[in-house]
Amino acid sequence: MARIIVITSGKGGVGKTTTSAAFAMGLAQRGHRTAVIDFDVGLRNLDLIMGCERRVVYDFVNVINGEANLNQALIRDKRCDSLFILPASQTRDKEALTREGVARVLEELSETFDYVVCDSPAGIEHGATMAMYFADDAVVVTNPEVSSVRDSDRMLGILASKSRRAENGEEPIREYLLLTRYSPQRVKNGEMLSVDDVQEILALDLLGVVPESQAVLNASNSGTPVILDSESDAGQAYDDLVARYLGEELPHRFLEIQKKGLFGRLFGG
Amino acid sequence: MGLLDYFRSQKKTSAGVAKERLQILVAHERAERDRPSYLPQLQKDILEVIRRYVAVDQQAVSVNLEKNAHQEILELNVVLPERDPPGRARAAS
Repeated sequence: MARIIVITSGKGGVGKTTTSAAFAMGLAQRGHRTAVIDFDVGLRNLDLIMGCERRVVYDFVNVINGEANLNQALIRDKRCDSLFILPASQTRDKEALTREGVARVLEELSETFDYVVCDSPAGIEHGATMAMYFADDAVVVTNPEVSSVRDSDRMLGILASKSRRAENGEEPIREYLLLTRYSPQRVKNGEMLSVDDVQEILALDLLGVVPESQAVLNASNSGTPVILDSESDAGQAYDDLVARYLGEELPHRFLEIQKKGLFGRLFGG
Repeated sequence: MGLLDYFRSQKKTSAGVAKERLQILVAHERAERDRPSYLPQLQKDILEVIRRYVAVDQQAVSVNLEKNAHQEILELNVVLPERDPPGRARAAS
């Protein structure tokens, strides 16, 4: 029985796909059989961030419509044997994701996988509600910025009322806060909401803080989940949060301004 | 704390303003979405009943549900119109 995790946010551009790719890779690297699904029908991008865009033959909607089976559509990651990607369709209409169809695919994945990571599209439309409907856990990706925080809160309301668990009166979805694009320097200058501020407003368990980092763009340029860049701050932050999700207790890093050593200052390293 | 920081702390930072605005907004939106779905209809029905007896306008009735740890309080507020000034009342009769 797989655990289903939705990566969601409401607002676009906050790092859902980056997080989905890194999180799924992190789980798979630890030996868990993991599938990551792109729910953004019409605007697929997870394949590009994962670096498998040229290997897409069949997609999520093909599987739902019975035009291909799961094994034909799942793309095995070349870097990690336990990781599989189910890409979104680029052309179809969003309504192609029926609740029954999504349920069937998730059920089939549940038989052989440990974790299914659902990369939600932005907004609160059909694709986003489908991505969260069957979730057991939700990672709410938030930037320390007013519109993102507000949208995250809106998302929490929807998670609590419009999910399968809510409708069946089961134990509610476990919700976690992930703060991305965090800049300790700007927080210190009073220009950016701090971790504590956002936590106080949203009242969520903090899963991790990913600093604003050059590494994220570099990773997406090359189609490598940023967690594989283990030298980078963002890569390490993602690795920490996967460990935390799996129950390890780790202190939050990258909340303070990283001091450059003398060497770094001299050579701008 | 340096002297510079001391002066800086006198002025509200933009992050501080953001936090304050968000706290108010989020509290408001949460209260809104926690309202039971029957409240608007209840408000309409109550307004109709009151209008059988007193001519009040649309905004005269407000219905609010407040929750705290132990109880829910349904607050009903009806603003009755001021009594017509004598001049107008005579003209009407």
